[in-house]
Amino acid sequence: MSISVRNVSKTFAQFKALDNVSVDIPTGSLTALLGPSGSGKSTLLRVIAGLDTADEGTVSIEDRDATHLPPQRRGVGFVFQHYAPFKHMTVYDNIAFGLTVRKASKAETKAKVTELLELVHLEKFQTRYPAQLSGGQRQRMALARALAVEPRVLLLDEPFGALDAQVRKELRTWLRRLHDEMHVTTVIVTHDQEEAMEVADEVVVLQDGRVQQVGAPAEVYEHPANDWVMSFLGPVTHFGDLLVRPHDLDLAHEPSDDALPATVVRVTRLGFQTRVDMESKGAPIYAQLAREATGRLTLEPGAQVHVRHVRGESVPARVGATPIADDVL
Amino acid sequence: MAESNGVIAVRGSGRPVGRYGLRFVALGYLLVLLAAPVAMVFYRAFRHGLGPIWSSLTTSEARSAIEVTLIVAVSAVVLNTLFGVGAALLLVRRQFPGRHLLDVLVDIPQAVSPIVVGLALILVYGKFGFFGSWIERNGLKIIFSLPGMVLATAFVSLPLVVRSVAPVLAEIGDEQEQAARTLGASSWQTFRRITFPSIRDALAYGVVLSLARSLGEYGAVTVVSGHVVGKTVTLTLFIDERLQNFDQTAAYSAAVLLAIIAMGSLLISRRLRTRSRSRA
Repeated sequence: MSISVRNVSKTFAQFKALDNVSVDIPTGSLTALLGPSGSGKSTLLRVIAGLDTADEGTVSIEDRDATHLPPQRRGVGFVFQHYAPFKHMTVYDNIAFGLTVRKASKAETKAKVTELLELVHLEKFQTRYPAQLSGGQRQRMALARALAVEPRVLLLDEPFGALDAQVRKELRTWLRRLHDEMHVTTVIVTHDQEEAMEVADEVVVLQDGRVQQVGAPAEVYEHPANDWVMSFLGPVTHFGDLLVRPHDLDLAHEPSDDALPATVVRVTRLGFQTRVDMESKGAPIYAQLAREATGRLTLEPGAQVHVRHVRGESVPARVGATPIADDVL
Repeated sequence: MAESNGVIAVRGSGRPVGRYGLRFVALGYLLVLLAAPVAMVFYRAFRHGLGPIWSSLTTSEARSAIEVTLIVAVSAVVLNTLFGVGAALLLVRRQFPGRHLLDVLVDIPQAVSPIVVGLALILVYGKFGFFGSWIERNGLKIIFSLPGMVLATAFVSLPLVVRSVAPVLAEIGDEQEQAARTLGASSWQTFRRITFPSIRDALAYGVVLSLARSLGEYGAVTVVSGHVVGKTVTLTLFIDERLQNFDQTAAYSAAVLLAIIAMGSLLISRRLRTRSRSRA
């Protein structure tokens, strides 16, 4: 194990940010800490880096107890959400910083920084100051700066959070490729399910300072541990007392044993998919259908249909837990 | 520029009489209060040309006063710079019991009259004071000598560096410092390479302000100096003493010297302030 977090708790004033958290992160993997804001994911990352100290529990990095080590002796590279560029230094000096404080020779520093500038495509910008860079360029500079000291572990706090959608997607793909080339154990913190699913080998889902589930992206999506994880990772709708994915539902005009009768309320066409909002015994339910499925049905408001759960996972819906039902397509 | 001077220009505020009236009052007030007296000092000093000024500032007493002023002011500024940066770091970067108390204490010198400061120092360090008797037995003299004057001056100009540096520290935040730590920098390296360059202009501004304040300090110094001619007389005390002896030329010459230094510092601090603002 590259990073091993054992029974870590951390409280800020009255707020319990981490509650008995244990996580193992395998060497060479890319792991995402995924959760909504306030779930403790950033705090966990900062505890691993030594920027915050745990009230209880231990952290070990590469089988060495790091619980009481200061950040500069943990061998971690940390990329801050807002990149924390050294404003008074050029791009070159920013990237060289870790080598400079280690008193590396000029030639050695130059070779390493040049290599990194190429890696992050900033060769042409090395004499600029951070204020003269775009968000994406600053992000890449911050990454190069963290990589310069050859960390055993690379930690990224919401690395794409402050970028616009297009740059975000590009950098995400680029980060994944970079990781596949360098194989440095990487942990990224994100609140974006799609980002975690796309980039990570393994996802740690956090809520209210607790680990809800750990697993490969497909595994946590298809076999969520509970209703909260299920509704956090993707769209859900109520199917009787169960929570299901709306794209796992099918509609028919004929009744069957396992089907719920419902009345169509609204039909929305969204490109290749159609969203059908219905009402079943006074409760709202919606299905996401492929184009060919809608072709064989006559769907208009008021039509009587029968809803079946044809594939995928279902979990019992807890009373009082209201899932986020329809903000994700 | 109007905003940076703390003045907000209100455009088209009614009748010309009101507009010009206000300007007249503001400028007139400054003229009566500031410009006229300062101009008079210059006029009096330069009335008979440069010769008398030069000779009155090169007497051994005057030269000693200049020397003492510089020693006291520079020592006080050095003390305040070290304390100021340390206190600003503590106040902004650390949470500890007593932080609010420190925050309040730092401002006390601005509220307390300098005379009171001087008296308080005598009570503590004077011959019959709290530490004083012990200190004197060990061969040190604080009151009625340079160390006491440095303490008094440092006391009155204490908040200036802290209050210049602290807001800048708060504004830049601690992420850059944390980043430096994760990259392997020690506390000292982090301070020298990251924190210091960010606060440099604000610090210089605070230093210049406290230098100007220290050079002109009179009240606290007069109480603890003992007025030993040639030893503990600063320029301000020298001016006072010359005036008492009807030596107006020497008094005005020294006053002009102080005024020029003060205005010079003010100009420097202005430039530093605009520079640190345009960078932030």
